[in-house]
Amino acid sequence: MSGKILGISGPTVSVDLKGLKLYERVYVGHAMLTGEVVRIEKDRAVIQVYEDTRGLAGGEPVKGVGMPLTVRLGPGLLGGMFDGLQRPLERLREQMGPFITGGKEMYALDYTRRWKLAPALKPGDEVRSGTIIGSVQEGPFEHYIMASPDESGRVSRIVSGGFSLDEPLGEYEGGKEIPGCHEWPVRVARPYRKKFAPGAPLITGQRSIDFLFPLARGGTAIFPGGFGTGKTILEQSVAKFADVDIVVYVGCGERGNEMADMIAEFGELQDPWSKRPLRDRTVLVVNTSNMPVAAREASIYTAVTMAEYYRDMGYHVLFLADSLSRWAEALREISASLEEMPGEEGYPTYLASRLSGFMERAGVVESLNGKIGSLSMILSVSPPGGDFTEPVTQACLRTTGAFLMLDTSLAHRRHYPAINWFQSYSLYSKEVSGHYREKVSAEWNDMLVRCRQILQEEESLREVAEIVGAEGLQDADRLLMRTAELIRTEFLQQNAYSDDAFSPPQKTLELIKRIIDAHDKALAKLKEGVPLEEAIKPQPDKA
Amino acid sequence: MRLSEHIYRTISTVAGPLLFVQDVYSARIGEVVTVHAPDGRHMEAEVLEIEGNTALIEVYGGTQGLDVERTSVSFTDAIKKVPLSSDIVGRIFNGSFEPKDGAPMFIPERWTPITGAPINPSARARPEDFIETGFSPIDGLNTLVRGQKLPVFSAAGLPSKEVVASILKNSRLADSSKRFIVVFAALGLTFHEYAFYLNVLEEMKTGFVAFVNMADEPVMERLLAPRFALTVAEYLAFEKGMDILVIITDMTNYCDALREISTAREELPGRRGYPGYMYSDLASLYERAGRIYGREGSVTMLPVVTMPEDDITHPIPDLTGYITEGQIVLSRELHQKGIFPPIDVLPSLSRLMQKGIGEGHTRADHRKVSNHLYKYYAKGRDLRRLEAIVGRDGMTKADILMLDFADAFEHDFVGQGTTRRTVQETLDAGLALMKKFGLEVV
Repeated sequence: MSGKILGISGPTVSVDLKGLKLYERVYVGHAMLTGEVVRIEKDRAVIQVYEDTRGLAGGEPVKGVGMPLTVRLGPGLLGGMFDGLQRPLERLREQMGPFITGGKEMYALDYTRRWKLAPALKPGDEVRSGTIIGSVQEGPFEHYIMASPDESGRVSRIVSGGFSLDEPLGEYEGGKEIPGCHEWPVRVARPYRKKFAPGAPLITGQRSIDFLFPLARGGTAIFPGGFGTGKTILEQSVAKFADVDIVVYVGCGERGNEMADMIAEFGELQDPWSKRPLRDRTVLVVNTSNMPVAAREASIYTAVTMAEYYRDMGYHVLFLADSLSRWAEALREISASLEEMPGEEGYPTYLASRLSGFMERAGVVESLNGKIGSLSMILSVSPPGGDFTEPVTQACLRTTGAFLMLDTSLAHRRHYPAINWFQSYSLYSKEVSGHYREKVSAEWNDMLVRCRQILQEEESLREVAEIVGAEGLQDADRLLMRTAELIRTEFLQQNAYSDDAFSPPQKTLELIKRIIDAHDKALAKLKEGVPLEEAIKPQPDKA
Repeated sequence: MRLSEHIYRTISTVAGPLLFVQDVYSARIGEVVTVHAPDGRHMEAEVLEIEGNTALIEVYGGTQGLDVERTSVSFTDAIKKVPLSSDIVGRIFNGSFEPKDGAPMFIPERWTPITGAPINPSARARPEDFIETGFSPIDGLNTLVRGQKLPVFSAAGLPSKEVVASILKNSRLADSSKRFIVVFAALGLTFHEYAFYLNVLEEMKTGFVAFVNMADEPVMERLLAPRFALTVAEYLAFEKGMDILVIITDMTNYCDALREISTAREELPGRRGYPGYMYSDLASLYERAGRIYGREGSVTMLPVVTMPEDDITHPIPDLTGYITEGQIVLSRELHQKGIFPPIDVLPSLSRLMQKGIGEGHTRADHRKVSNHLYKYYAKGRDLRRLEAIVGRDGMTKADILMLDFADAFEHDFVGQGTTRRTVQETLDAGLALMKKFGLEVV
């Protein structure tokens, strides 16, 4: 099916092709730029092009592919780095040099690489959607090769041992080949049998998150914060230390140098849980701010589809996106070039529904083959001017399970992670607190209540102290101010560049317990009439 | 590829910088066209949009004197390109890439598209080589590294040009055998500023390339000049292996030009009338800074942003801060105290600092000194609010000490004047200051 270009405006191109389907993939122009159908009229269709349209001329040919934008799912994704259209950036660099120019089609998976299949089926076995055909060893992981959700048949032959993705794994009765990988449209959530409410904690190794605002496996969280509040560092810290099997990280419209830094670091660092290189468990999707806007919009869908694929194998997957605001802005740019009626601040009115549709792809599920896996999401948001009343933050608040507000004034004091402990919240606290109580310590909840109380009291005392001066406070209050300061500097602050960057729950509890116990002891002494300076002196036996 | 040049006399509308040309055969987006005015002048323009056989083109220069009947447009079948050659070093051009220094145009080695192509993130090398600017608050607390983009956030009336001039004069790489070539893009400059910068550039021993768009020159050139500058910078850096420092002043004029042109195109305005794509547009400039794995050179960028109404949340500094790797913030308060450079270290930040300091880069104790100076100064600044309420007499001795430290930090450490300090001197000055106040450095 082919036609020609009628008009071009920014990233959108109108063509005279008939018979296209909405969201079908299209090749545009002599340069074969990738695009997607976003609007169909009687005698023309509008295409959103994922690459720079500069140099494209009216009248150039357009070709429909007959399929929507898909990703390829199979062994070899882990450790890879892809752009928003799942093109492998490293192999792209080997072929094209250090700069990316448009119109280069390249498969995400390496079809020449040899794998060793341990078949799970024998001839005569029935394959239904999602059935595990066999497994290969992908780094440290058992990679289950699953039938595509729209595939079925009865196995007539299946290979065992060495194969590469360009050959079939065998045949079904009737001669249809069994492929080693499959494609899945990025904008369609992968099906599963059943979804469960999140209950198990997602340990991040960040004290202020695990202790005050715990996250759950299968849950969602947003990190909104103005620039310089440490969103990226926090996301990267969580990506490094989170207690999950697989991490999918999307650099969506962010800085290239930061990604270079992260790539280098992930090659050097170890996963604290499995003691293997971080890279082995990570899939990176990178569409930096200067790469094409439409591909930026697609990048989070590309990434989440890969995350769902590993979830379907029964793994705990963490999806991180930095930053969702850049995705929303891409959506706005595309919407403007389609001349749609704008909503709040120029964002399209479907922003909120797209967002909630996307965030609902998180969850704990029983996959089509009966395995239980989870997909958790942590998304950073970059509100303009640090103003949280803007549409993207507000739209996220309706669906997110945790809101970790990054505070500019804390960041200016170099209090990192700059999570504001009064404004942030987590809806998973109740569900996961039982786990921490059982697995870490029965005191977990008591300590949490005390810690919050001290921080709360400090806040009200601070106002008094500003008027009368710290000297004017009573000893008990001065002690409380001092303890609160210790909580802030020794407990809540965590230097991402030191050994303290990862704090397992046991350490988290010990630290807070030490501070609060010292506080209680000093308070008891104050009551006996000991002056404050004496009371807070470290005990000789403890020192 | 068309073999012949196409000339059209089919203009249907002239509106501001925009022309609609009808019955055009196969126009390209971004194609360069030449507009021939009735009075014999001709100017460059670019194809912006295509709808059927109608092309919407945007004229770079002024459109005064154009009409519908006699004006003609010739299409070149090529997109906007930049002439490049090593001979470009030492030259000054205007915003249309015409020599401004009286010498004839150089002979180009080759031509490259003005927008450049994004660097493949997997081809980027991590920026980690220290650049010494000579200013303590930058070198000590907000260190600049090779390949970084670090804007200077200024406000009307603050000495941003003196700060930039000092950085131009004093910047050195850790590897002292190498020197910077400065690529300077001035957008909407007044003659007064132009004369100042020209003086600085001519005094510099290292080479420079300048693109100057004056305040009374076409607005469209303000969008082109930084792209010329960056294309030249990429060429010198990644093909000729040089270390390039790109200074763009003032990005606020760039963004205002972007808004003006966006409005003329009748695009939907975003926050404060700036177009919704301003983030992507700014990123297409700022992200051209960097290093490439396996290649010698680097592009480091120091754009100057004047914050309208001293407001850091204004869209221009806000979007800039979201793209760049930190910011150097100038403060009116410090300037009024007579401190030069008036750099406020609290809101300033260098995101790439951690990789460029310490053993093997600057000095082993750099991180420690920097963290302590920062902590004590932040504390002193916090206490100033308390001082305003309870008065100095109502405060503890320890608090008064911190107040005095904050003052001394501003006057001695930040306020070094125009004298250059090496990073060793900076760190020693910091240590000496903390020692003087008996503050511990653990």
